[in-house]
Amino acid sequence: MYARNAILARIRSAIADAPTPEPVPRDYHRKPMSGPGDVEKFAHTVDDYHAQVHRADESTVAEVVTGLIAEGARAVVPPDLPESWRPRRGVVVDGAPAELSTLELDAIEVVVTGCTLGIAATGTIVLDGGVGQGRRALTLVPDHHICIIRADQIVDTVPQAFHALDPTRPLTFISGPSATSDIELNRVEGVHGPRTLDVVIVR
Amino acid sequence: MTTFLGSPTFHAGTGNIRGTESFPDAARKSLADTQLRANLGAATTTIRNKRIAAVAEVDDWEELRRAGSALKSQVMARLPELLVQFEENVTARGGTVHWARDSEEANRIITDLVRATGSDEVVKVKSMATQETGLNEYLEVNGIAAIETDLAELIVQLGHDKPSHILVPAIHRNRAEIREIFLKSMPDIDAGITDDPRALAMAARAHLRRKFLSARVAISGANFGVAETGTLAVVESEGNGRMCLTLPDTLITLMGVEKLVPAFTDLEVFMQLLPRSSTAERMNPYTSMWTGVHPGDGPQNFHVVLLDNGRTNVLADDVGRSALHCIRCSACLNVCPVYERAGGHAYGSVYPGPIGAILSPQLTGTTGHDDPNASLPYASTLCGACFDACPVRIDIPSILVHLRAEQVDSERHGLPGGQDLAMKAAGFVMGSEKRFAAAETASRIGRVLGGKKGRITSLPYPGSKWTSSRDLPSPPKETFRQWWARTHEDTE
Repeated sequence: MYARNAILARIRSAIADAPTPEPVPRDYHRKPMSGPGDVEKFAHTVDDYHAQVHRADESTVAEVVTGLIAEGARAVVPPDLPESWRPRRGVVVDGAPAELSTLELDAIEVVVTGCTLGIAATGTIVLDGGVGQGRRALTLVPDHHICIIRADQIVDTVPQAFHALDPTRPLTFISGPSATSDIELNRVEGVHGPRTLDVVIVR
Repeated sequence: MTTFLGSPTFHAGTGNIRGTESFPDAARKSLADTQLRANLGAATTTIRNKRIAAVAEVDDWEELRRAGSALKSQVMARLPELLVQFEENVTARGGTVHWARDSEEANRIITDLVRATGSDEVVKVKSMATQETGLNEYLEVNGIAAIETDLAELIVQLGHDKPSHILVPAIHRNRAEIREIFLKSMPDIDAGITDDPRALAMAARAHLRRKFLSARVAISGANFGVAETGTLAVVESEGNGRMCLTLPDTLITLMGVEKLVPAFTDLEVFMQLLPRSSTAERMNPYTSMWTGVHPGDGPQNFHVVLLDNGRTNVLADDVGRSALHCIRCSACLNVCPVYERAGGHAYGSVYPGPIGAILSPQLTGTTGHDDPNASLPYASTLCGACFDACPVRIDIPSILVHLRAEQVDSERHGLPGGQDLAMKAAGFVMGSEKRFAAAETASRIGRVLGGKKGRITSLPYPGSKWTSSRDLPSPPKETFRQWWARTHEDTE
């Protein structure tokens, strides 16, 4: 408590004479949520990050997803991923009966999840651990992430996304596969996170 | 005698924020390293051009910058209230908040927390705050191995080197140098590995994979903390951040007290400004946000350590306090003609470039003319490129001038420094029309030294201090006063 009170006292004394700051101008683009987002733009910005974009409708999701998984590979899914979204073979359900350990997860090639929303301006998908998304380790350890997004989950702008998200949930923003630019600023895709990201847009 | 600049109750920041030699001395060494200059020049030019393209896509960029700047001013004005609110919310959601007045206190708190887990190894996601406090060295002395997991930090750590850039700490190394470092320090590496960046990145992946999967304790910094909710955010690219923030049982986050934003939705501003300014991307590959502990998902023990370490000194300076608005994007480094040539190590501190030149001396205070950090406000051409590039509109040139003035004022009553003497001499000459005219005549002798090229390449001391690293243009054929007299005879 001593350090806490000392720091707070120092701050109070440091800003004692500071003028009241101007109000924050909010004249940047900050439209409220209205109507569906720009699906084509989302597909384009996701593709720009070298994530693969695929299209499906509710009846073809499982078929499209299955086609993305190599023969003989296993895919882990969260327990509440809709039946119609599950690949048709090699499915491992996390938490049925027990949650997979990190080492068990590391031995699985693919993970299939939904997401909570997508941002068209930046090509970002956001996971919040809600229905069909599972815990965070699921979408991190397997090397190939197949993420399914309904067209009505896409918003246009970053501010729209922040107004729709619940900060008390664990949030993961994903824009393309994992990447580094640390060696001579050359972009190399796939470091510690999944090296392949497939995004399936469901109309 | 030690005279600190700034407020009377000064609490100096400690750790890796002051070098051992002045900027001019340190810069002279890096200027002589042609490999370093080539690596830096190539990297800063590339990222500078990419950033301009990324920013041009956003048609409300200036509005976002103004909002970002105003938000940070609000945070500084409301800091005590916001910190208490943040602490309440982290605690309410199962986290524990600690407060550290300086580097030593922060390092001690973190070491005790790691010891309590029984682990002698931690994985780390890149953090400027832990670089600042020298945490890795402190942990090592206390028998705890800290493993850097960001590729660039790993290159720096394995090379027994220091970071030279905020965003890309190994910017001063090229692929051939990195290959050598990996061959020397990774036991299981393929001896035939090429210097292809992809091959090197995959070697790092293999090297760290087992560490990630078995680590029980992780240490991170934070890009933002949200007062309203207690949420923390880490912005990264490689997934090493997600690994550290998700897989271990215990997570310890060190965060400067200035990193708060008032509300969760305020992140809509910074999450647009930061990626485009730093890596020139629309969005960085991964951002993780967590609020206290999430049962059944991620670390079940969470600690955040709030660090002062001189930040309250910066806050006490009405001109300099906006240095705390910095979101560590490093755009100012990449546009700075001085950084581009001198490199990050010349600044002595973990905060290099224009922002480092104003932040480091304010965090530590300066103890007089011979303090290495007293030289930093002069490590600039005042060209203003840093202000233009800054996504939160920190007026770095004005703060540089302000700090220079403070430095001169603080020396006014002591032994005069070189600059003080030069200014006094200039004042004496310019104070009299006769003396000024005589000086002008004397300066024309310089034309002889300049020869046909019009460049003076070497002068005797003290002029040699200038000409040892750059040429001096010859004085013009005619002075302004001579030109005036010749063309305005009627006004005499």
